[in-house]
Amino acid sequence: MSATTDLSTTYAKSGIAKDVFILRQLVTKDFKLKYRRSVLGVVWSVLNPLLMMVVMSIVFSYLFGSNIENFPLYLIVGNITFSLMSDSTNAALWSIIDAAPLLKKVKVDRFVFPVQKVLFALVNFAFSLIAVALVMLWFHVMPTWHLVWLPVCLVLLMLFCIGIGLAIGSLAVFFRDIIHLWGVVILAWTYLTPIFWDFSLLTSNPAVPSWIITLVKVNPMYNYITFMRDIFLWQQSPSMTTLAACVLWAVVMLAVGFVIFRKTEHKFILYV
Amino acid sequence: MAINQTAAPEYAIEVNDVSMVFNMASEQLNSLKEYFIKLARRELFFKEFRALDHVSFKVPKGEVMGLVGTNGSGKSTMLKIIAGVLEPSEGSVVVRGNIAPLIELGAGFDLELTARENIYLNGSLLGYTKEFIDEHLDEIVEFAELRDFMDMPLKNYSSGMVARIAFAIATITEPDVLIVDETLSVGDVFFQEKCERRIQSFIDSGNVTVLFVSHSIEQVERLCTSAVWIERGKQRMIGPVKEVCEAYRNQFN
Ligand SMILES: Nc1ncnc2c1ncn2[C@@H]1O[C@H](COP(=O)(O)OP(=O)(O)OP(=O)(O)O)[C@@H](O)[C@H]1O
Ligand SMILES: [Mg+2]
Repeated sequence: MSATTDLSTTYAKSGIAKDVFILRQLVTKDFKLKYRRSVLGVVWSVLNPLLMMVVMSIVFSYLFGSNIENFPLYLIVGNITFSLMSDSTNAALWSIIDAAPLLKKVKVDRFVFPVQKVLFALVNFAFSLIAVALVMLWFHVMPTWHLVWLPVCLVLLMLFCIGIGLAIGSLAVFFRDIIHLWGVVILAWTYLTPIFWDFSLLTSNPAVPSWIITLVKVNPMYNYITFMRDIFLWQQSPSMTTLAACVLWAVVMLAVGFVIFRKTEHKFILYV
Repeated sequence: MAINQTAAPEYAIEVNDVSMVFNMASEQLNSLKEYFIKLARRELFFKEFRALDHVSFKVPKGEVMGLVGTNGSGKSTMLKIIAGVLEPSEGSVVVRGNIAPLIELGAGFDLELTARENIYLNGSLLGYTKEFIDEHLDEIVEFAELRDFMDMPLKNYSSGMVARIAFAIATITEPDVLIVDETLSVGDVFFQEKCERRIQSFIDSGNVTVLFVSHSIEQVERLCTSAVWIERGKQRMIGPVKEVCEAYRNQFN
């Protein structure tokens, strides 16, 4: 027993310190559970985007991308960025419902659960960056100083995903329909985002109505992916428009998610 | 865990006119069709059930108070509100100091993880720092008497072994406020006695305020100095433990 222990070190000093420690434990748990039983373990997280890239390169290079330099690199950067969003939001969707046993047992800040899922997706994303490095090596694309933009892009994308996660994670508690709906949203979003096709194909085709072009342009994922391709592939800083769109979407989505979460969080325990 | 040092610090727990309304809606809303049917019937989302109805009491610092009542009368609900797990629908609760809630132990335990990993996970949820757990890991293991099983996944544990670990983590440090909900009935006879001894040592220290729920009236009379009787969510009686327990027993005659 520890009557002698200084109380200030027993308990976390602030709510934030406590939440940070909880988040570290939860993300570590996700990581261990995902990789514990698999032989190749984390190697899969590197291999997976590479295999996807190979398949997509074979299928699409004859269709859409023949005029893009280093098309496989174009594909893999777009694909892992989009996956980061879809993986994290798909997991955040369930996060609060799945945390029900915990919410009923202990006092805890509820926002940690959606955030946990987004952070875990980021950890997996880090492994797919190894795959990107391998592809760059293969195509002799030298990394440049523009990669210092990477943390900026990731922080913005994280905030965007946390915003979505807070919103859909909360709403899913009350309307399970959201769970079905989100799959459709992600699918539509995949096609509306130039992951495996080239945006200039749209603009150069006079048959495409202008509202579709506008829609793709304001599409947040188009902007985050353009940001990533700028720094990895085209080796340039993002344009002001791209950067502004990324910041704006991050702020707006986070605000929306925060408001929805705040309005609903007190009732979670009555519905989970 | 916030330490509130404003007015009237002589009370460790203040329960002010607390009511708790639960959702008794027969099932969760799982589809849009259901949504419209229920919307028409006006029982969308919510069918009220009042588990606590205007309950108020105060526990002075260092006192050991019992909470009695028949099954489903709202005792666990009251404890969860005090522990901050539930938010009261009406009224407010003030707790001064750190709480060790022995209500539902083992929050966040994952059966796939080893005991060691679970200790850190559960400890973080209880608000401990990493350094504190590092320092007291041995003590926790010692108390649970499960040293040889530390790196075994929890799914291979017996339920009593899981309870031992959970109890050991929750009581490793002396809290300001201890909330106990029949957790003493976990584990084998020897461990039960060990748990009771630990709680007794908290009580004897005189610094710990204890709120205690048990169906064993003898145990309540032995451990507590005062008691509250809650029946079907309503507060029936509050006072010295002998009188309340006497009245509680007499309701059956
Ligand atoms: N999450 C919940 N949703 C709906 N109703 C609930 C919920 N939790 C508790 N209740 C209801 O509140 C009432 C009080 O429950 P509670 O667990 O507080 O009783 P108790 O006094 O601890 O009973 P026991 O002596 O059996 O432990 C019960 O009728 C129960 O059905
Ligand atoms: Mg109970």
